[in-house]
Amino acid sequence: MSLAAISEGFRDRRLAAALTERIRENKAGPLRIMEVCGTHTMAIFRHGIRSLLPAEIELISGPGCPVCVTATGDIDLMIALAAKPGVTLATFGDLLRVPGSEGKSLAMARAAGARVEVVYSPADALDMARNTDGLVVFPAIGFETTIPVIAATVLEARSKNVRNFMLLVSHKVVPPALEVLLSDPELAIDGLLCPGHVSAIIGEQAYQPLVAQFHMPCVIAGFEPLDILSAVYMLTRQAGRGQARVENCYGRVVSKEGNPRAREIIYRVFKPCNAWWRGLGEIPGSGLELQEEFRDFDARTRFELPAVFVPEPQGCRCGEILTARIKPPQCPLFNTRCTPTHPVGPCMVSSEGTCAAYSKYGDL
Amino acid sequence: MTRRILLDHGSGGMASRQLIETVFLPRLNNPVLARFEDSAVLSAGAARIAFTTDSYVVDPIFFPGGDIGLLAVHGTVNDLAMQGARPLALSLSLILEEGFAMAELERLADSIGRAADNCRVPIVTGDTKVVPRGKADKIFINTSGIGLVPDHLVLGADLARPGDTVLLSGFLGDHGVTIMAARAGLSMQSAIQSDTAPLHTMVAAMLRAAPGGIRCLRDPTRGGAATVLAEIAASSGVRIEIDEDRLPVRPGVKTACELLGLDPLYLANEGKCIAIVEAGAAEILLTAMRETPEGRDARVIGTVTATSSEKHPARVILKTGIGGARIVGPLSGEPLPRIC
Repeated sequence: MSLAAISEGFRDRRLAAALTERIRENKAGPLRIMEVCGTHTMAIFRHGIRSLLPAEIELISGPGCPVCVTATGDIDLMIALAAKPGVTLATFGDLLRVPGSEGKSLAMARAAGARVEVVYSPADALDMARNTDGLVVFPAIGFETTIPVIAATVLEARSKNVRNFMLLVSHKVVPPALEVLLSDPELAIDGLLCPGHVSAIIGEQAYQPLVAQFHMPCVIAGFEPLDILSAVYMLTRQAGRGQARVENCYGRVVSKEGNPRAREIIYRVFKPCNAWWRGLGEIPGSGLELQEEFRDFDARTRFELPAVFVPEPQGCRCGEILTARIKPPQCPLFNTRCTPTHPVGPCMVSSEGTCAAYSKYGDL
Repeated sequence: MTRRILLDHGSGGMASRQLIETVFLPRLNNPVLARFEDSAVLSAGAARIAFTTDSYVVDPIFFPGGDIGLLAVHGTVNDLAMQGARPLALSLSLILEEGFAMAELERLADSIGRAADNCRVPIVTGDTKVVPRGKADKIFINTSGIGLVPDHLVLGADLARPGDTVLLSGFLGDHGVTIMAARAGLSMQSAIQSDTAPLHTMVAAMLRAAPGGIRCLRDPTRGGAATVLAEIAASSGVRIEIDEDRLPVRPGVKTACELLGLDPLYLANEGKCIAIVEAGAAEILLTAMRETPEGRDARVIGTVTATSSEKHPARVILKTGIGGARIVGPLSGEPLPRIC
């Protein structure tokens, strides 16, 4: 059975209508449900899920796009590194057009002569390093989903003694950010649509503290329309009953314990540190840095790159969008000065960015 | 900061359009160019001549289903056909990199010759330049073409009207996925190949069947069906509704899209045509299309629903498979450079 055929089963129009009907019947009242995964944001838009839900259920997007939450200062570091003689920056394509300070991007740096290559995986970057004398730096962004693969690439680089491969680490882990968001009374979140891929690594168990501390309904969802509608249904059911617990609506991928082997490899290579999130600021223990024994692979150490705080572009309200304080059309730059072709902020650039989604799929 | 050309500017999407609008239109301003059609239509005495040009930089130069030479012939023939023109002749200009293998050039010349024969369009003039190694990548090709537009026939992206039917001549995304797979070194389980094909025979059949029923023809190359439909909606000031369940996408292309996070509506096609037609002529046009090899899989994919208004701006709306609705905007950003 092909992948496409499998996904068809999760896109059944009749089942979707039936689920929508049950969500309506639940009459859970006004509900603000936050999805904290960029892939969910895009799936919700791509399949037109909002247009199916009753008006009192509001789906709001959280800081779930790894590109968007990457601090402006880190983008500046990538641009600066790419311009260094002998350095090739091998990056996921999504980062190319993200503006750093003064509107500069890696795409512009490349047009001006910097060596920036798009790769589809960190393994491609490692291969590139093996086939060149220069230094290949891979910007390591992403959450729990991507980190194990990148950690495995570092282990591979060490075992094969590839000395010209390095990471510029900006990894982030999700739970500490959720804690910050849920602590904010202004946000008034009634339920969390928990990320599918991240949960495959961290497991159902990771959300128990949030349930305990914030009495927050949490439902883990996959990425097909019926996955998302089922999860919204479960959230409305919990809310209607005044419950708060972790439910797993993505059992075909996510287990209670998650993937301990993946977590083991993450923490063999990395260790927790504080991290700066665009929109959320500095969150203790929410980032990762390379363990001492892997410092040879750390571009920050090698080039003595300072962690600098760079303010966000003037007028850009990506920070408030990432924390669901405003929606894209409420930003004065949205679709005026900030467009997909001339993005001012990262939310307009990334394929998983909320503004990009609104701009591309938005108001009918 | 120095403003520079970015790869985005060659995407065929919004950035390309903005480049033309800001750099070229003000300097070359004339009403023919400003129409933004695939070909210019010029009057010469009683005759109406369609004139078009296109450059080909696809990487790799040989790919499943075709090569850069085939694309260069078909692409320009198709740009003429989209104005309803009967192609008369093509030019062929080559920019070659020093060191390019003669055998590959001969192979491409064979392919170009065969394609021109099959299209029954002679290549009547040409040019060759060679640049030092590293100053170009193997071979870049430019072709221009002229064609004759039938009397009284006017097609344009600004002519769509509420009630019109949207036809698509076949499967979406084959060329885009083929090039992407070839570049990423992905081996596809089911062999997808480029759909590169000349469309003028199919268009001629459509013109014979219902010449007055066709409003607009466009071939969705770079930027895909989404960008073409968005341009038609904007130029005509209408809302177009298309149905996801009716979009023809091969299983292999669908799988590649799921894996790589792509949307078939934005993938390049090199042998497909979107036609906006009067509803009353849709059936007869579909029959005519289906009788040609290029239009075998033609079908209705949507309708022009309304004139735009302040409350309901010009948009393309996709009815999703699960019964939802969303906008289909023009391509922004560069999914993959050098697709054609």
